[in-house]
Amino acid sequence: MNIKLKIWRQKNAQAKGKFENYSLEDVSPEMGFLEMLDYLNQKLIKSGGEPVAYEHDCREGICGSCGMYINGRPHGPEAKTTTCELRMRSFKDGDTITIEPFRSRMFPIIKDLLIDRTAFEKILIAGGFISADTGSAPEANSILVCKKHADKAFDMATCIGCGACVAACKNSSAMLFVSAKINQYALLPQGKIEAPERVKKMVAKMDELGFGSCSNTYACEAECPKGISVSAIAKMNREFLHAKLIAED
Amino acid sequence: MGKFNLKPSTISSKVVMAIAGLFLMTFLIVHLGINMLMLLGDEGNAFGKAVSFMTYNPGIKIFEYVLFGGFIIHMIIGALIEVKNYFARPVKYAVSNNSNTSFFSKYMIHTGILIFIFLILHFTHFFFVKLKLVELPACAAHEHDFFTITKYLFKSPYYAGIYIICFIFLGLHLNHAFQSAFQTLGLNHPKYTPAIKVISSIYAIGITLGFSMITLYFYFFYTL
Ligand code: HEM
Ligand code: SF4
Ligand code: FES
Repeated sequence: MNIKLKIWRQKNAQAKGKFENYSLEDVSPEMGFLEMLDYLNQKLIKSGGEPVAYEHDCREGICGSCGMYINGRPHGPEAKTTTCELRMRSFKDGDTITIEPFRSRMFPIIKDLLIDRTAFEKILIAGGFISADTGSAPEANSILVCKKHADKAFDMATCIGCGACVAACKNSSAMLFVSAKINQYALLPQGKIEAPERVKKMVAKMDELGFGSCSNTYACEAECPKGISVSAIAKMNREFLHAKLIAED
Repeated sequence: MGKFNLKPSTISSKVVMAIAGLFLMTFLIVHLGINMLMLLGDEGNAFGKAVSFMTYNPGIKIFEYVLFGGFIIHMIIGALIEVKNYFARPVKYAVSNNSNTSFFSKYMIHTGILIFIFLILHFTHFFFVKLKLVELPACAAHEHDFFTITKYLFKSPYYAGIYIICFIFLGLHLNHAFQSAFQTLGLNHPKYTPAIKVISSIYAIGITLGFSMITLYFYFFYTL
């Protein structure tokens, strides 16, 4: 396959970036998207150029670091797929692929496609934990967990914090991410205790950092590589209203 | 209760907006219901009675103030969160978003602003006449004679056209709005949400067709 690439290049956080065009020959359809970028970088290094900086770690869809905005979609054209799971067979010979970093005021660019997701960390620090001393694994039957809730909590825990929801949202809203984290804890007995405090603190932090509000356009759900549903957002709103209006401190 | 926070969270703002919006949506049904009386072919007799009931009933008066409040709150919050949302992404993407979402859900502020502009026009035709803020049109007998005002208004192809176009944009706003308000209030359920989305579209189509029908009736079938 012959591929044309239009990639956002930016020296550092302060620099004014711009798009650069590249073309690659003999890209195989079996190549992963990131392998294709590695292949480009090899060529750039050999010709004395600066390789394209992008983040990656696990390359198996579990760490959430490889997010980039490919042809107008976070993580590219396939549903429920991270960039590292994307294959070149999703593109056609002769295609031009435009790659941009995730854009949001809360995710400043470090270099090229590399962004700083510390804002997510700050939201988690505000309340994304349980204060109980975990110690060693407790006896299995001492705290009963309903199977349905355990499954649901696990679904929520599959959020890898990639930021695709923020990147896709026209408002840069972090509601899907925050709701996944909130529900993951609120559904389990150990997490339920602090649920009202947690939701208030995490939502306040999300607002303070400047993430936009939710317009219910559901672009987040469409782009989440883990298929987290917007029903998580509705549940967070219920938790939030309960915490604000009903729960006692 | 925690400390009273003057800066409402994004969720609280949207909840208030959704409640105000749902209230406006109930009003639209009442408004359409009364206007439909004009189609009875009794020269606006039943319609006129309903109008005087709405004008002089003290309960309805209170409702009217709440309605205005609702409108203003809905618009102000809508505009404020739109500004915040805009600044959340100062550098825009070169390739605009291709995610699979419903088209008009992204343009609520635009359809909203169109509704607002339409409302000003609509008020100068009717509500401000009642309040004696604008001059009584020559055709009307008194400032509650909305039937006569309507039949003259919609004989104009321009006004009939403008009204119908605005009803379509209103429908596009409502189509997203109804189901969105439920989601904002946390009312999402695998069993009911698909039904709510269908009702949302039925409601929006019903409002657009209902009001348009009245306009078309006066334009095509009513002879002065
Ligand atoms: C008859 C008139 C109107 C009705 C019945 C109505 C109803 C609604 C409802 C129910 C929502 C959903 C709220 C939610 O998602 O929680 C909504 C959203 C919205 N409305 Fe209206 N609305 C009307 C007029 C207006 C006007 C005049 C504006 C003016 C600027 C406006 C601006 C908006 C905006 C910006 C949103 C989206 C907010 C967001 O989710 O980001 N609306 N509307
Ligand atoms: S909710 Fe989905 S899109 Fe958002 S950070 Fe988690 S995994 Fe990524
Ligand atoms: S590199 Fe870990 S999710 Fe893609």
